[in-house]
This record gives sequence, structure tokens and C-alpha cells, in this order.
Amino acid sequence: MLILNGARAIFAAGVVAMAAAPFLFGANYVVLLTDFMSMLVLAIMWNLLAGYADIVTVGQHAYVGVGAYAFFGFAALAGINPYLSILLAGLVALAIAVPTMILVFRLRTAYLAIGTWVVAELLMLASGKLNAWGGGSGTSLPISIVLGFGRARGDRIATIYWLAFGLAAVAMLATYFLLRSRIGIGLTAMRDNEEGAAAIGVNITYARVLCFLGTAPFLGIVGAVITLQKLRIAPPASFSITDWTVLIIFNVVIGGIGSFEGPIIGTIVYFLLRQYLAGLGAWHLILLGTFSIVVILIEKRGLWGLMRRGLGDDLIPIAHKPSAAFDAAAKAHINAASDSRQ
Amino acid sequence: MIAVWANQLLQGVMLGGLYTLFAIGLSLSAGVMRFVNIAHGDFIVLTCYALLLLSTLLGVNPVVATLIVLPIAFLFGFVLQRFLLQRVVGENVLLVILVTFALSIIIENGLLEGFGADPQKISGGWMETATVALGDGINVGLFQVVTFVGAVALVAVLDLLLYRTGIGAKIRAVSDDVAAANLIGLSSVRIYAVAMGITFVTIGIAAGFVSIWTNFDPASGPTRLLVAFEVIVMGGLGSLWGSLAGGIVLGLAQAVGGQFDIAWQIMAGHIVFLIVLALRPQGLFPKY
Amino acid sequence: MATTAPTALLAVEDVSVFYEKFRAINHVNIAVGAGEIVSIIGANGAGKSTLLKAIIGQADRVEGKISFAGDPIIGRSTEAIVASGIMLVPEGRRLFPSLTVEENLGLGWEVGRKGEIRFDDIWRLFPVLKDRRRQKAGSLSGGQQQMVALGRALLANPRLLLCDEISLGLAPLVVNELYTLIPQIKARGIGILIVEQDIERSLAAADHFYCLLEGKVSLTGRPGDVSRDLVMKHYFGL
Repeated sequence: MLILNGARAIFAAGVVAMAAAPFLFGANYVVLLTDFMSMLVLAIMWNLLAGYADIVTVGQHAYVGVGAYAFFGFAALAGINPYLSILLAGLVALAIAVPTMILVFRLRTAYLAIGTWVVAELLMLASGKLNAWGGGSGTSLPISIVLGFGRARGDRIATIYWLAFGLAAVAMLATYFLLRSRIGIGLTAMRDNEEGAAAIGVNITYARVLCFLGTAPFLGIVGAVITLQKLRIAPPASFSITDWTVLIIFNVVIGGIGSFEGPIIGTIVYFLLRQYLAGLGAWHLILLGTFSIVVILIEKRGLWGLMRRGLGDDLIPIAHKPSAAFDAAAKAHINAASDSRQ
Repeated sequence: MIAVWANQLLQGVMLGGLYTLFAIGLSLSAGVMRFVNIAHGDFIVLTCYALLLLSTLLGVNPVVATLIVLPIAFLFGFVLQRFLLQRVVGENVLLVILVTFALSIIIENGLLEGFGADPQKISGGWMETATVALGDGINVGLFQVVTFVGAVALVAVLDLLLYRTGIGAKIRAVSDDVAAANLIGLSSVRIYAVAMGITFVTIGIAAGFVSIWTNFDPASGPTRLLVAFEVIVMGGLGSLWGSLAGGIVLGLAQAVGGQFDIAWQIMAGHIVFLIVLALRPQGLFPKY
Repeated sequence: MATTAPTALLAVEDVSVFYEKFRAINHVNIAVGAGEIVSIIGANGAGKSTLLKAIIGQADRVEGKISFAGDPIIGRSTEAIVASGIMLVPEGRRLFPSLTVEENLGLGWEVGRKGEIRFDDIWRLFPVLKDRRRQKAGSLSGGQQQMVALGRALLANPRLLLCDEISLGLAPLVVNELYTLIPQIKARGIGILIVEQDIERSLAAADHFYCLLEGKVSLTGRPGDVSRDLVMKHYFGL
């Protein structure tokens, strides 16, 4: 109990530190943390779909790219206020998600996953045909847009950081409340036993649709944030499968799929190792991939699964617990029943 | 004018043969073991590099190299299924997706480390440049025809294997009902491994043709996978001859798109796939 | 009364079967002799199918001792157990629907001991199947499917046949027909372990019976030696 509360305290302290990051750390580190926040959002979203809603996707980079291109369109081409453009980028991602979902939901499981990949490829190729967006080689974000986030570099970095941090905070809160809601409980029931869940009235389709569409705007806004950091859009970069899908999947799997804490831990571990991994070239993906397979075969719930054994309970309690009185009565009943069988 | 279009469409059909070769292994493993191997395309590329090594190290021609590779491929597929994939088969589809996805990334980057990013190709010698004239200005590459015939032959052979042999009946039995198979003493573990071995033989054959047909590099895997995937979904899951139909549809779509540029070639394929998915999600010749 | 001496074809001794932590079969003792028909009756959930699964090698956790012709078989693969002479007619038939009647039967021959029983014997036993040999098994009626399931098991030339609820879901006339085969199978020296919910039918056919209640043997004996009332009491646990 002590360890658990200690861990929770550390987590809370971490959140506070992150909120104040531009005041605490140097500009370069804040840029790194912005990346961290972006990847965290992607990880939380992928984990919600794959770990709870039973929708494995390998195409979420589609929405990041769409968000990036939409942001550029609104801010640079249409001259709309940059902050508003970011929100609109999220909406465009949502708009793209609707027809995608209608098509892709005709497939199941792995076929669905690859279907999302096909859509991502198509969107990337199509974006390369848009001349106003620089065609196949892309283009830079106009300086004026960038300066709209702050004249001085330090200010800009802080503003963009807080955008990313805000997005991550909203993502976490939204996921937290979703999982604790009726829908969330239904999702967990569905994950454990789909037929049983349907039998007790969990509307599976509604839950799946909600999750699939709900993640899209977050992914789109991440696309906008990333564009602000990279200062460029280009089909392969904005729609990068490696950065927005492959690494995210590995992080979540290693951290622990299907738990609230897993994506957070996975992304943290990745960032701690990032400097070291960067020096390895292609080997870093081989390493991450191999480690992911090892995790899948040995401890499906990842690093968080291992940690939880020591902590004894969730860091961020999602599950509704029965009251102590109910728990005691249930145990007594079960003991009595199994005694009579012996 | 007609000749130009006829040539393009014929190219498309021949390309369909190549695409069928990509898809046939995926169709078998997806139909039997009910999972889609995301690393399927990467294994094709891996075999291409193996063929490259064999032909440069041993100085043998592509046909011999492919023949050498085939039994090794069978063994590789057998072992991969028996000792790795079997551990995640059945219980949870998520795990299989993740393992094969991770394998895909590992292979791509391993090839990158080992061979570098430069595109490679194996020379088909005289067969590659020869053309067959069909009159009225319509020509088709000899190698393309051979590939197409090879694809049809492979589908026919697999059809025979599945429906006229003892092992074929066993494979179909476990794909019908794996639990029942286990109950009556059919070792589904071993039969899955054999099915995967056969799948990898088809991967070896596909690699033999595609390594000559076009360039390959470590990142080519996903493209092959997406092709195979689109072919089996359009053709109808579980149908071998459906894969041939699906391959031809995809080949034709790409031939039309390819008239503009390479991006349109690929996009045309994806678009036609999505249209077929929208209008006839069960595919052209569904078994289930 | 069946003996548990070394001559027993099948000896289940102090066997418990677990699903995770749940003890589905609880210290059970059962024996089947060669050419003997043993019936296991019990309500739904009593553990009958679990017991058969344990014998055929498809249960995860089994404690105790199961011997077949003197050899211990716990831990052996189903493949090996079937090849040594035990064959299951699974609950719900469990044929392979896309395979033909002939192919389904052929699988029985493939996995089994290769003995006297051949295809011709099966056609003779089930003439209606011979007419439908090329038909897909999934298109047959329930009764015909049960015949294929039985035929498949017989083609494995078992020394011990395990029948799991073969009357389930079938019309009484069809079940009658099936049960006329039981003595014919016994005549070949094959031991039969019948699991049934239909008490009348299985007791009428059996040399010896066991009644399972919540994973334990609550009653055992010869059908002629016990009253219907006594059986009912132990079936329902009253």
C-alpha cells in the first residue's frame, strides 16, 4: 500500500513537473518533451483501440498526416487563425475517419488492421498529388504561421509544448472518464467475452464506432503539432508509418497493452532509451521489435504487468471496486459453497 | 490506339499472375490458420535476397537457385510456425498481429543493415528481354507470360494438393474445426506447421519470379503484403482460384492507373480494392 | 462387475480434472473391460464430457492415474492415444463440414490403428451413407452426421470407443437405430464407454454404469441390480 501510494505520488509530481516544464528545463529539452507528449497521445489512442475496443490498427499514421495537411491548408493556404486551424485539423481527421470506418469495419481483426494500412497508403499517395501542398516533395510551413506562436524561439517552443501537453492531458482525462463510464465497462466486458457482453446489453458496435471516431481528432491534432515542430509537410514524413505507428505499437506493447498505465510507461521508457537507441541505426528497430515479441510471449501485460505485481493495484484506478462489505460477503458465500462440495 | 490499350490490359493480366503468386501463400495461411501474416511480404523480399546470395555466391542461374531455396523455405516455414507462431495462434488474434508485425519490422531493418538500401534485381537473361508477338502490334514479354502460366499452374497444383491428397484433407479438416481435429487425434500443431511450410514454398516461388520481374529493396515488403492482402480479399477469402481472379483485377486496375504515373498506378489498385470492398465485401468467389 | 485388476481395458484411478482452479472431476474411479459396455450418466455439468476429454488426452490438468491395457496414458498426446486404440465420438458430432462423407470417414482410418474394420464394413453398417459418400458432411441430417461420426470412430479400429452424448438432438427413431449398433460393436470385442443424459437408453444397453454428480461418482453397479428410484436420487443428488 505504501509503495502504491508512493508510486502515485511520484506520478502526480511528474504531471506537475510536466505542466511547468518550460520553466524548469532548457529549450532543447522542452522540444524533446513536446515529442514525448505527441507520442504519448498516439500511444494512448492506439492502446484504447487495440487494448480495449478490440480494433487493432496499423494505419493510424493516416490521421496524423491528414491533420498535418489539413493544418497547412487552413493556416498557410486559407489564412485562418493558426490555433483555430489546429482544431479544424482535428475535425478534418474525424471527417476522414467516417468513410474509412464504414469501409474498414467490413473486415475483421487482422484484415481490418491491414485495411487501415491500405487507407493510409492511399491518403499518403493522394497527398503527394496536391500541388498547393508541394506535391510529392512537400513544402515548408510559412514563417508567418510559425511566428504566430511566439516571436521569440523560447516563447514558441513553450507555446507549442503547452499545446502538446494540453492535448496529452485531455487525451488522458477523456480516456480515463471513458473507461470508467458505462461504455468503458462494456468495452472491458466485450474484450473478455464478446458474446457474453452482447447478451447483457452492451452495444458493441456503438462502443467500437465511438472509439474509432473518437481517436481521430486527437491524431489529427498531433499531426498539426508535429508540423509546427518540423516546420514542413511532405507525404513520407507527415504520414510516416515508422514514427506514428511502428514505434507507437512497440512502445505500447512493451509498456503494457490494455492497461491505462501501459502506454505511459512504454513511452517513458522509449524516451529514456532514445538517445542510446538513436546511435544504433536500423538496429534500434530490430531491438525494439525483438523485445516486443519477447514481451508478447512471456508477459502479455508488458512492463506494467510486471510492475503491477509489485504494486498490487492500478496506479490510476479505472476499475470500479466492490465495497468492502460486498467483497467479504461474496468470499464467505464462495467458501461455504466449495466446502459443501468436498 | 487499340493496340496500345490492348497491350496495357494484357500487361495488367500478366501482372495479375505475379500478384496471384504473392497472394497464394497468404490465402493458404489465412484460410487454414485463420491469421494474416503481416510479415508475408517481407518474407518474400527476404527470399529474394537469399536468391541473390545464392546466385552470386554459387554462380547458379535463377531457376536452380529457386529450386535450391524451396526445400529450405519449407523447413523455415515449418519451424517458424511450430516454434514461434504456434505459441500465439488461436487464443488472441491481437498477439498474432503484433508478433508478425514485429517480425516484419525486424526483417526489414535486418535486411537494411545487411544489404544496404540500394535496390537490387536478379537478371533473367534472355528470357527477360524476349517478347511474344501476338499480331496487330500486340506484344507481351515472354517472362511475363511464363510468370502468369506459373501462377495458374501453382494454383492448380495447390488445388490438387488440398482436394486430392491425404495431407490436403487433414489441412482442410483443421481449417474447418481445429478443436474437433484435436479431439480425434489429428495433431493440429503439426498440420499447421506443414501448411506453413507449403506457404513458404509458394513464397519461394513468388520470390523467384518477382526478383527478376522488378527491383527489390529492404523496404519492398509492405507493398507486396498489401498487394497479397488486396488480392485475397477481392478474390474471396479461402478461395484459391478466387485469388487468381483477384490478382487479375488488381493487375488490370494498376495497368490503367499506370498510364499516368507510378503513384497513380498504386493508387488505382487501392481505389479499386476499396470499391470492391464497399460493393462486394465477401469478395468475388467467397468460400465462407 | 467390472474389475480393476490388470486385465481391465481402461482403468481410471483416483482421477481429478481441473479447469484452472476449478475441480471438475473429483477423485473418480472407473473401469471398462474388453467387450464391456459401461455407461456414465449424470446431469448437465456433472463432468461427463470432461472425463472423456481427460481420457482422450485433451484436458489441461489431470491428476491420478489412467491406464489403457495396463499402460499409463495421462500426459500422452491425443494422437498417440488414438493410435494406441481409444477413439472418441465427440459431443455434437464434430464432423468437418466442408469435407465429404468419404473424407471424414477416411480421417478416422488415417488416425487409427489400421485393423479389420474397413470402408466396406462401414458402408454395410450405414447403407444410406454409401449413397452420399461424395456429399459434403455439413449438408447431412443430424442422424446421418451421427452415423458418420460413429463410422469415423470405428474406422480407427479402436479397442475402446468413447461415445459422448450420441443421442443428443436426434429423433427417437434415429437413436433407436444407432443403439442397435452398440451390441454389434461389442461383439467385435470393443469396449464402449457411453456418456448419456438419456438414462433409459444407456442403462438398457450397459453392462455396468456409473452415475456422476458434481464431479464425483455417486452410484455404481449393474443396471439390473438397482431400482429406478435409486438412480434418480443419485442423478439429481436428492
